[in-house]
Parts: sequence; C-alpha cells; structure tokens
Amino acid sequence: MPAEQPAAVAALAGQFPGIDFAPGPLNPEVPRLPQICVRVPAERLLEVMRFLHDHSRCRFQQLCDLTCVDYLNFPKARDRYGVTYSLLSVSLGHRLWAKCFVNDPDPVVPSVVSIWKGADWLEREVWDMFGVRFAGHPDLRRILTWEGFKAHPLRKDYPLRGRGEREDYEVITPESA
Amino acid sequence: MMTTATDERPAGPATYTREETGGDVWVLNLGPQHPATHTTLRHVLELDGERVLGCTVHIGYLHSGFEKLGEHLNYNQYVVVTDRMNYVSPMANNIAWHHACERLFGIEITARCKAIRTIIAELARVQDHLLALGAAGLDLGALTAFFYPFNAREEIYDIFEEICGARFTTSYTRVGGLMQDMPPGWPAKVKHFCTKTFPPAVSDFEKLLTRNRIFLERTRGIGYISHDDAINWGLTGPLARASGVRRDLRKDEPYLCYADNWDGKRSSGAAFKVPISRGGDVFARYLVRLAEMREAVKIIMQLVDDIPEGPVDILPNDKITLPRKNEIYFSIEGLIHHFEQIMTNRGHKPPIGEAYGANETANGELGFYLVSDGNNTAYRARCRPPSFINYQCFPHLVVGHQISDVVAVLGSLNIIAAELDR
Repeated sequence: MPAEQPAAVAALAGQFPGIDFAPGPLNPEVPRLPQICVRVPAERLLEVMRFLHDHSRCRFQQLCDLTCVDYLNFPKARDRYGVTYSLLSVSLGHRLWAKCFVNDPDPVVPSVVSIWKGADWLEREVWDMFGVRFAGHPDLRRILTWEGFKAHPLRKDYPLRGRGEREDYEVITPESA
Repeated sequence: MMTTATDERPAGPATYTREETGGDVWVLNLGPQHPATHTTLRHVLELDGERVLGCTVHIGYLHSGFEKLGEHLNYNQYVVVTDRMNYVSPMANNIAWHHACERLFGIEITARCKAIRTIIAELARVQDHLLALGAAGLDLGALTAFFYPFNAREEIYDIFEEICGARFTTSYTRVGGLMQDMPPGWPAKVKHFCTKTFPPAVSDFEKLLTRNRIFLERTRGIGYISHDDAINWGLTGPLARASGVRRDLRKDEPYLCYADNWDGKRSSGAAFKVPISRGGDVFARYLVRLAEMREAVKIIMQLVDDIPEGPVDILPNDKITLPRKNEIYFSIEGLIHHFEQIMTNRGHKPPIGEAYGANETANGELGFYLVSDGNNTAYRARCRPPSFINYQCFPHLVVGHQISDVVAVLGSLNIIAAELDR
C-alpha cells in the first residue's frame, strides 16, 4: 500500500473494515500517475458507492465513466468481467477508480442509477456489449445494437468480424413492409 | 467569470401528466433521418398538441465497433479511427488518444510537441464551436448565422491541411510525437487566422444572434438543467459550465501547455479564463461556447510566437516513435527500425497495466481508458465519449417544452453521432 494514501481510500477503509479494497495504482509500472483503484465486492457495491457519493472526504458527485473489461486470458487474472467505475469529485477535484469483478454464468452487478442518473446509458452499454446485467436498472435494454441481437460483441470470445449477423439481416421488401 | 442576463432560474416548462391530457397523445418520430437532427438519432416524442409529454431516445444507428477495433489495431494505427469519432474536431480526438497512450507508456513528450499540440487542440476547439454555434442558429432558422462561421472554419481546415496534409481526417499525432514537424511559415498562418479572420467573423456572428429577439425568445429558459443535476447526469464541458459547474480539465488536471513548467524551463502554463454561466439553458450554452472560442484564440496567441526549438518526437533512439521517412528510405538502420515498429508481431510494447487519460475537448471530457496486457495492441480501448454521456439527459431537458424547442435543445448539445455510437 502506498504511503500517501488518498483521503477517500482511508475513509472507505475506516467505514467498511470488513472489506479488502486492495487499493493500488491502475498502472503500477508508471509511478508518477496518481490513479488509484479499489476493488469492491458486488454484494456490497451499492452501499460503498453511496458512501463514496455522500461522505465529506469523498464527495464523488459525478460518475465520470462506467465501463467493463473482459479479462478472459489476461495475464494473472482470476475473474472474468471487471466492471470499472470512474468516479470524479467536482468539489474536491479528485478521482477514484473502483472495480467490481463478476463471473459467468450470470454476471450481475447492482445498478447505481439511484445514485448517479448518468449511469443509465452507461449500464445499458455495458449490458449490450458485455452481457453484464445490472440488477435494479429501470430500463435495461440494448442501446447500441438492436433488440434482436444475440451476442455481446466486446467480449473477448466474440470475433472481430462478427458471427455473420450482417449477412443474416432480414430483407424487407415492399410487399412485406 | 461571466454571467448572463438569465441569472435567476427560469420558470421552467409547465409539466402535466398523461392523464390530464385526456389520453389524446400523439406519437411522433423525430429522426433517424431528419435535417434538424444533423446525424442519425431517433426520438420518439409523445405529444399533447405541440407540447412534449415524453421523449424516448433511440441511438446506435452509427455503431461501428470502434472499441472492438481498438483491441486489434496498434497504438499508432488506432489514431485513424479516432478521426472518425468526433469528425467536427478530429485533431482534438487524435491528441486525446495519444495523451492516454502516453500515460499508459509513461512517457513525457517534448516541449515543441506540447506547444504544437496545444495550438491545434485550441484550433480544433474553435472549429468545433464554430460549427456547433452555426448549426444551433441554423436549426432556429438563422441561415446566415451558419455561413459566417463557416468562412472562418475553412481557414482552420487550410491550416490543418498545411500541417498534416489532410483537411478532414487528420491522424496527426503519433505515440511520443507527431506525424511530422510543422512546416516553416505555419505559425504565421495561424496568427493570420487569430488576428485577421477570426475576430471579425465571430463579431459578425455575434451581432446576428446575441441580441436577436427571435433567437433570445427561442433559447432563453429552454432546456434548463441545474448545477447539481448537471453533475449528477455526468455533463462535462460547455454544457456543465453553462450550468455553473466550475470544471475544466485544462485548469483542474492540467496537461500539455496548460500546466506550469511544461517546457522544463519553469514557464507558466497558458493563461486563460474559464467562461461560466449560471443560466443553464440553451442561451447560456451559446454564450459559454462563444466566450470559449475567444479564450482559445488567446491561448494560441500566447504560444504561437514562441514555439520551442528542438525535436517533436521523444528519444529518437529509443525505438518508441516511428522513424522519419527520410531515415527509412536512405538508411538501413531507419528501415530496420521502421519494420520493427510496424510488423504485427513486433512494435513497442507498453507495461501491463491500465491508464486513463482525458482531455478537455470542445464537447467535454474526452477520455480513453486503456488496458494493456503487454502486447503491441491495447487489451481494451474504452473511449469516454462526451456526446454519449451528455446526450442521455435529453428527455429531462425537453419534456414540457414545445416540439420546436426540441430542435433548439438538440442544437445546443452538439451531439455528434459518430462519437455517440462509436
């Protein structure tokens, strides 16, 4: 653990002594970057996120980004999907990254739309692209691909050129329309 | 700090429920192909007469898998794809992409490269705002207000063509440097734009719109979003600053020439003001964009006379950057170096790790979240697209307004579908 631990991480560890947040830099080989990432278990994600949003030493009022990384065959990775929350405090001017790891067959994470409204489309995008479900999301539909699309294209086992979806488009003729 | 005439919170649109309309609700599709959407977006509007009761947004018509491509192209190749994201200001995307790459690699670019990148980043901001403002006027029927800024935009295209050979799809940056150094005489052209072309163009434009009664009636109090809502919805850039959010990455997390000591000679960072309005409506966004362009030109004028000498690429012997073409064609070492860089099983390999790098672009925070597994392509190349995140509050902005205001709000958000859908 680095000596100059950010105040937000210290507050987090004080509030949730039972969770091992494993705080560490995002990029361990480039030490001048102060980008700190914590691990949060999925079952306690919502209360941790609410604490990060509300607490006076955290004040992460903005969910800057929410994305996912498929760690299939990644060196030394133990879990498959890492849902990554990029938090930003506008008033205190600091950032924190939080990762929540989930696995097949049913990757599911609680939705944070109740905390940050901006999470709405971001969670829909992660559902669309990775197939990670967000429990409690008000309207979890696909967003970038269409309703009938079967796959989750940003998964690592999905080929770059697709599985023939483009060739299998339904052709609409003037008679059938 | 700049304030607008609409300092108090506007009264806001009248809101009433579907039950109160007596069930007589029209459903209207706006888009995916409609002149006022500019790009391929689709809104399903529920209307009571002309009043919007509900709005559902459908996007994804332009989804082309940019993030998947980012996992198969190396760090220099992917810059071509970033051109196609926000095609209104492609240079800004190039710079943001390689800013994130350089954070992942842990390299610091040269002072000359920083100065040139800052100048073109600000030119790109001007380029983007000129179009956004012109198109916002166009949607409200002010066709002349669309043509005035376009003359100035043409000159920015010429400046970009001179530095990189392409007007539109620039692909100018490389890891640790630039595609090529600027040609001699280029700063004079930039200065000509900043002193001769830009000021009259923008003041003409301003005379057409800022005190125009029709424009004011159509924009003030329309599409209001409060300071706290703007933060909670994730808004960044001019949209957030028009709601009074004091946030600009150039000040808060300074990079390039916005940071102090950027050239290693204790120079102070570029001096500029961050325009903020508390209006929160379409007019406030217009004013913030207008003021931001003038600040951008001030930044360029501070730098353009005094671009530091020296190489634009870092460490030519360290095999990170691509060699220059004259080295490739006229020396065996350069040719070997070039092959080592471009062959699919070679290339410079970053450390295993993750990095986030973000730039303040014209639409807001454009960030890239890169994950590297130690290969020459990124394991994950996430783009934080400002258009996508800014656009999701759209139903919140238009419900309760008239249908003609939908177009005004859409113009003020400056949604670029290629970046929205990636």
